[in-house]
Amino acid sequence: MGDADGFRYGGLGFLVSVTYLDAIRSAQEKALQDDPTVFIYGQDVGAFGGAFKATKNLAKRYPGRVIDSPISEDAMVGMAVGAAMEGMRPIVEMQFADFSTVGLNQMLNHAATTFWRTGKPCPMVLRLPSGGTPGSGPFHSQSMETIYSHYPGIVVMTPATVDDAYTMLLEAIAMPDPVVFCEHKLLYYHLKADALPKSAVPAFRAQVVRPGRDITCVTYSAMVHEAVAAAQELVGEGYEVEVVDLRTVKPLDTDTILASVARTGRLLAVGESWPWGGASAEVVARVASEGFELLDAPPKRLNAKDTPIPYHPNLWAAHRPTAVRIAAALREVLRY
Amino acid sequence: MATRTAGAVAPRSEQELLLRGERLGRAMIRARLLEEKLGSLYRAGRIVGGVYLGRGQEALSGAGGVALRKGDVFAPLIRDMAGRLAFGEPMEDALRAYLGSRLGPMKGRDGNIHRGDLSRGILPMISHLGAMVSTVSGVLMAKRMKKERGGVGLTCVGDGATSTGSFHEGLNLAAVERLPLVVVVADNGYAYSTPRERQFACVDLVDRAKGYGVAGVAVDGTDPIACGEVLHRAVERARRGEGPQLVVGTLLRLCGHGEHDDGLYIDSTMKSSGRGRDCMQVMGDQMKKMGREKDWLSWREDAFREVEEAVAKVSAEPVPDPFEEDWWATQMGSGTEVLGSS
Ligand SMILES: Cc1ncc(C[n+]2csc(CCOP(=O)(O)OP(=O)(O)O)c2C)c(N)n1
Ligand SMILES: [Mg+2]
Repeated sequence: MGDADGFRYGGLGFLVSVTYLDAIRSAQEKALQDDPTVFIYGQDVGAFGGAFKATKNLAKRYPGRVIDSPISEDAMVGMAVGAAMEGMRPIVEMQFADFSTVGLNQMLNHAATTFWRTGKPCPMVLRLPSGGTPGSGPFHSQSMETIYSHYPGIVVMTPATVDDAYTMLLEAIAMPDPVVFCEHKLLYYHLKADALPKSAVPAFRAQVVRPGRDITCVTYSAMVHEAVAAAQELVGEGYEVEVVDLRTVKPLDTDTILASVARTGRLLAVGESWPWGGASAEVVARVASEGFELLDAPPKRLNAKDTPIPYHPNLWAAHRPTAVRIAAALREVLRY
Repeated sequence: MATRTAGAVAPRSEQELLLRGERLGRAMIRARLLEEKLGSLYRAGRIVGGVYLGRGQEALSGAGGVALRKGDVFAPLIRDMAGRLAFGEPMEDALRAYLGSRLGPMKGRDGNIHRGDLSRGILPMISHLGAMVSTVSGVLMAKRMKKERGGVGLTCVGDGATSTGSFHEGLNLAAVERLPLVVVVADNGYAYSTPRERQFACVDLVDRAKGYGVAGVAVDGTDPIACGEVLHRAVERARRGEGPQLVVGTLLRLCGHGEHDDGLYIDSTMKSSGRGRDCMQVMGDQMKKMGREKDWLSWREDAFREVEEAVAKVSAEPVPDPFEEDWWATQMGSGTEVLGSS
């Protein structure tokens, strides 16, 4: 792979860093290379390389397999369901996660029910450029994992790291089930690793990304980085926060969460999505009902505010959980 | 991409025409008798859930099934018993879906019209009207990428379903990709109780073909010979690479929306108009004209026997058992393992 990939090479010609977005593009390229049944379908994904350049150069290298679609989210997903039934492994790129609402019916009622109804797999990946970035406003900032997770039959992945973006996307493509792959736009360019990963954390497993003895903070996607920053802040106050990255929110790895709470006795669940329901609510519900005796304080949730996502950075920064707000919530549970 | 109406029948080999005529006639009468049986099973309380019949639509639906061949893909909708049987769905499988037999392709997990068998190329419809148009298109895209040539997809919708966004998105996608797709619209005057003038404002749905950049053909949906010919040609054009074909058949639903509905709202002038003819009656007349009354009678007798035997057989089959049901079967991946721990 050369410069055209968008990778930055050092003076000696070796890869000095890989962004989260590079990882997503590389995973798709590897899948196209290794598996002739893989193809990509989405708006502007062809010669243009996608709105975020997640498919840059792929159309040229894999002719006929990286296909521009009309602006028809329902038909894009419906087409993928049919192609998957016929043995292909389509990757559908939504331009923004927010627009996938237009294709919800095909994902929730068709892709998700196919295996249960027919006994035949429906292997497809719906890639959702998700989450807030400054200035994106109500319709280019949403996190959709709550809706997709509610329906049986769909795997929902929410990678937080460059390594996971790469390995989990490859897993998603290889999986016989429909997968919703929530990639966070805020991480696209800023999150970097030295190189593509050589090994993967086991599929569907949450991971303790920062060990600590005093409280468990369960989160996923971009919020993992906010939580780690909050944990850092509390070190000065004498607290050790354990941060658990869910990685995949559906299915939910309850065992890893309960094991962590067993060590710390306290829980804060954080999500960037809205407060009504969702992954953070599910985490608290499970710990409350299955790990009640493990708790030394009432478990707490922290989510975005219950309004549409604001445009102005001042408002946006106050709308979503940040390291400062997470730290405040952690203190509350710690001082109970 | 001109809009055309069924023209004069081009001369074809008599044997081929006879064979296709027999396949259509048999599918029509098998569907009618099976559906009449389903109606009485429903009234006898033997069927859980709704029963939706295709009475009056057997010619149009059946002609689609006859025009397809093995390896093609068929996505039927509510009123396509005749098309299904013509394409090769066993009568037993239809009954299994209604009676909830565990041995059917849907295993009691889904019922009535929401049945299919991917191994036979029959997509099991989801209820959401218009959804199958893009899904059949996806199957055809996949076949093209796999370099499997010569396959055609055919899907059916009603006049009401043409108002959905997914119908529009799906047909537009198929047109952009020039897929070998035939979309059969059964304009039966009503969507449940809603008359067509509350559904769309164009004079004839076939006029929309031009807007999509696809071929459009109108046909009298009560005329079996015309339906047979029009569908045969549309499928052949799609097979030759001429892109999507929109076939609009005009007819009337000769029953309620479902068996729970008496359909009293159906306009009586429509009933007495040409579109209110019963295609089964027309088929009988056409057979008579050809001097084949005896054949028609014997097909009916065969169908009657087949229905009785199928009902007896499927009635004795086991129903699903909640204690044996695999409640984790929503996913194939090892994710079920983690889910199972909750
Ligand atoms: C998206 C969607 N909305 C509503 C319904 C409920 N529904 C089922 S059949 C039907 C009428 C369909 O009319 P039409 O498409 O003309 O087909 P017909 O019943 O006349 O064959 C309606 C409204 C549905 N199945 N899907
Ligand atoms: Mg109708």
